[in-house]
Amino acid sequence: MSIEKPAINFAHRHLLKIRDLTAPDVIGLLDLAEHYVTQNRKVDKKSALLRGRTLINLFFEPSTRTQSSFELAGKRLGADTVNMSVRSSSVNKGETLIDTATTLNAMRPDVLVIRHGASGAPQLLAQKVDCSVINAGDGTNEHPSQALLDALTIRRHVGSFEGLTVAICGDIAHGRVAKSNLYLLAMMGARVRLVAPPTLLPPAADRLGVEIFHDMRKGLEGADVVMMLRLQTERMEGTLVPSTREYFHFYGLDHDKLSHAKPGALVMHPGPMNRGVEIDSRVADDPNVSLIHEQVEMGVAMRMAILDAVSQNAKASQ
Amino acid sequence: MSVTAYTNARLIDPATGLDEPGRLITEGARIVAIEPGQGAEGLGEITQVIDCGGHILCPGLIDMRVFTGEPGTEHRETLGSASEAAAAGGVTTIVVMPNTDPVIDAVALVDFINRRARDTTIVKVRPMAAITKGLDGKHMTEIGLLSEAGAIAFTDGDRPVADSLVMRRALTYASNFSALICQHAEDMSLTANGVMNEGEYALRLGLTGKPEEAESIMVERDLALVGLTGGRYHLSQITSQKSLLAMERAKHAGLNVTCAVSAHHLTLNEMDVADYRTFAKVNPPLRSEETRQALAAGVASGLIDCIVSSHRPQAPEDKRLPFAEAADGTVGLETLLPASLQLVHEDQASLMSVLKALTSRPAEILGMDTGRLKVGAPADLAIVDLGFPFKLDPAQLRSRSRNTAFEGRVMQGRVTRTVVNGATVFEAENT
Repeated sequence: MSIEKPAINFAHRHLLKIRDLTAPDVIGLLDLAEHYVTQNRKVDKKSALLRGRTLINLFFEPSTRTQSSFELAGKRLGADTVNMSVRSSSVNKGETLIDTATTLNAMRPDVLVIRHGASGAPQLLAQKVDCSVINAGDGTNEHPSQALLDALTIRRHVGSFEGLTVAICGDIAHGRVAKSNLYLLAMMGARVRLVAPPTLLPPAADRLGVEIFHDMRKGLEGADVVMMLRLQTERMEGTLVPSTREYFHFYGLDHDKLSHAKPGALVMHPGPMNRGVEIDSRVADDPNVSLIHEQVEMGVAMRMAILDAVSQNAKASQ
Repeated sequence: MSVTAYTNARLIDPATGLDEPGRLITEGARIVAIEPGQGAEGLGEITQVIDCGGHILCPGLIDMRVFTGEPGTEHRETLGSASEAAAAGGVTTIVVMPNTDPVIDAVALVDFINRRARDTTIVKVRPMAAITKGLDGKHMTEIGLLSEAGAIAFTDGDRPVADSLVMRRALTYASNFSALICQHAEDMSLTANGVMNEGEYALRLGLTGKPEEAESIMVERDLALVGLTGGRYHLSQITSQKSLLAMERAKHAGLNVTCAVSAHHLTLNEMDVADYRTFAKVNPPLRSEETRQALAAGVASGLIDCIVSSHRPQAPEDKRLPFAEAADGTVGLETLLPASLQLVHEDQASLMSVLKALTSRPAEILGMDTGRLKVGAPADLAIVDLGFPFKLDPAQLRSRSRNTAFEGRVMQGRVTRTVVNGATVFEAENT
C-alpha cells in the first residue's frame, strides 16, 4: 500500500517554538507525519529525500528518546546524521555557545537539532548559523516537536481537537513540554487545564488562558485526554514537593483518579516515567488507556515530517 | 446519658458576647441548653447539679502553644503531666509543638501523639507538625498527609523558617490544603548571642541583648510572602511594637494572618530578669514596659488574636545556671488564666476580649468545634472565680517542671472546675 505524500506549504526555515506556527502549519505537519507513520511501518523504511544533507544533533542535556528519535528520522530520510557529544566536545572546555555554533556552521550542516538548558539558546543559535535549527527542548521554554508528536497521537485517536478537554498534570513550572502542548492545543481549539500543586505551577500561570486545578480529581472531571508530566527527582525531596509518597497520594495518576475523567479517556506521558510517583504502573501499562508507547512511535514520524518540512523550505531559500 | 446542670453561673460566651447570669445543661459530652436568666428551678431529669456559686462559666481555654517533653525528654514533661497542669489552669485543649525528639515531622509521629493523648491525658491534645523535616529549615514535610493524619497546623516551634524561598514554598504548598503555617519570627543572625531584651537594662546587667527588630524584620518579610502566596499565616508570639504595626497593616489589607502573645509577655517586662532570674529567661525575651503595654492594648483591640502560655518545661539542671547559659522558657499552663486576667483587673483590657483570645479565637483559627458555649458543641468548660487572690507557689504546680516566671507573684483569679467533654477533670480545693 502506498499513499501519496501530501504537499505542505511550510514557510519556516527553523522550528524554534510552537508560537511561531499557525493552525494550517500544524495541520500540514500532522498530515505529512501520517505519511511517515505509514512509511515507518513498512519493512523498508528508508527514503532518499534528504540524501546528501547533514543533520547534527547537538544535545547539551542528556536525552535518550528525543535524540535517537531525531537520529532515526534523519537516517530514514537518507540524511547523514551526526551526534555531537557535548561531554567530549570543546563546549566542555569553556567554548561559548556562539563559538560552537560558528564552528559547526563552518562544517556546512543542513539541519541543527539542539537541546539546551537555557531558554532561548536555539533562537540565539539560529541567528548565527545558515542552516535550519530545530529546538529539541530549551530550558523551561518550549519543546515543539514533543507537542507536535503528542498532537499527532491525539488526533489519530479522536480525530479533531475542537472542543477536546485536555488535562496537563504535574510539574508545569519546569515543563517546556507543558507549555508547548498548551500553546498548540489551545491554538487548535482544545480546552486545556493545568493540574498541579501550587508549588509546581509557575507564577502567573493564570495568565496563560487555561483553567487551573490543585485538586486532581476535579481537574480530571470530564477530561478526554490526561497528559502526565515527569517530576524531576531533585524536586521531590522537600523543596517543591515533600516526598514521592505524598506526591503520588495527591497527584499520581492511578485508576481511581482516572475514573473521574471521561470514560475511555486517553493517558499520555512524554517519558521517561517515574512509576509510583506521577503514574501508577497499572495505568501506564494498561493498553486500553495508555498511549505512552504510541507517542514514541509517533515521535519518529513527526520528526521526519519536521525535517522534511524545514528542508523543503531550505531548498527554496538557498 | 448523664445530664448535668451548671446553675448559679455567670455565663460568658466570647463568641457571641453573651455575659449574663443563668444556667447551662450538658448531656453526655455535649452542651444541650444555655439558659440565661434561669435559676435552679424547673430542671427536668437531671443526674447532677453543679452550683457555680455565681462564678464565671465560660468555654474551656485553648492553648495554641505548649511544649512537652514527649517523646524524648519525658523528665521535663509528659503529655499526661502537661494535661494535668492544663486541667488545673482551665485549659481544655492544648496544642503541642513538634520540637520533640524525634521531631513530629512524619505521619507515624502524629499518630503516636494522638495515641498517647488518647491513652494518657485528661484534656484534648492536638499536635502541630513541623514545617520542615527534622526542623532543618530546608525540606518541607508531608503537609498533605500530615493534615489528613490530624496535624492541626504546621510550625517549626521555637525555630524560625529563616530561608525566604522555603517559607514562600511552604506557604504556597500549604495553601493547597488550607493548612496554617505558624512562625516563630526571629532573625537568628541579629539575636546570635543575645540572652535578654536589648536596651539600657541589658547594658546595666552586662548581658547581650536581642532587639525587637530581630522579630519585626522577619514578620515584615513573612507578611510580604503571605501577600505573594495567599497562604494562611499565624505569628506564634508577637513581642514587638513594629510587628504590631505590620500585623495591623496586613490585616487591614485583608491578608489571612493572625497572631498570638504569651501571657508572660503581656504581664512581665525586662525588669523581671532582675538578679539574673533564669526563670524569667524566655525567647523572645521579656520586653520593655512600653512594649508590654502596647501588647496589652493589642489584646484589648483584638489586633492580637490569641493569648498562649508558651508552656516550656525545663529541668532544674537547665535553669540553675548563669543567666547566659540557662535554657529559655517558663511553664505557663496553670498561670495562663490568672496572668491574662491581670489585664482585666488593671483595666488594660475587657474581660470579654481576654476570654475571647483564650477560647473562641484560637478555636476559629484552628477550625475546632470547641471554644464556645453553643448547643451541640462539646461541653469543654471552665468555672472561674474572677477575684480569688493567691500567691503563686511553684511547689503547688502540677507540671513536672516548675520553672515559672511567675514564681512568688501575687495573682488574682483561679479556675475552680474544668470540664472536658462533659466530665469534670479538675476541681479546686476549698471552693
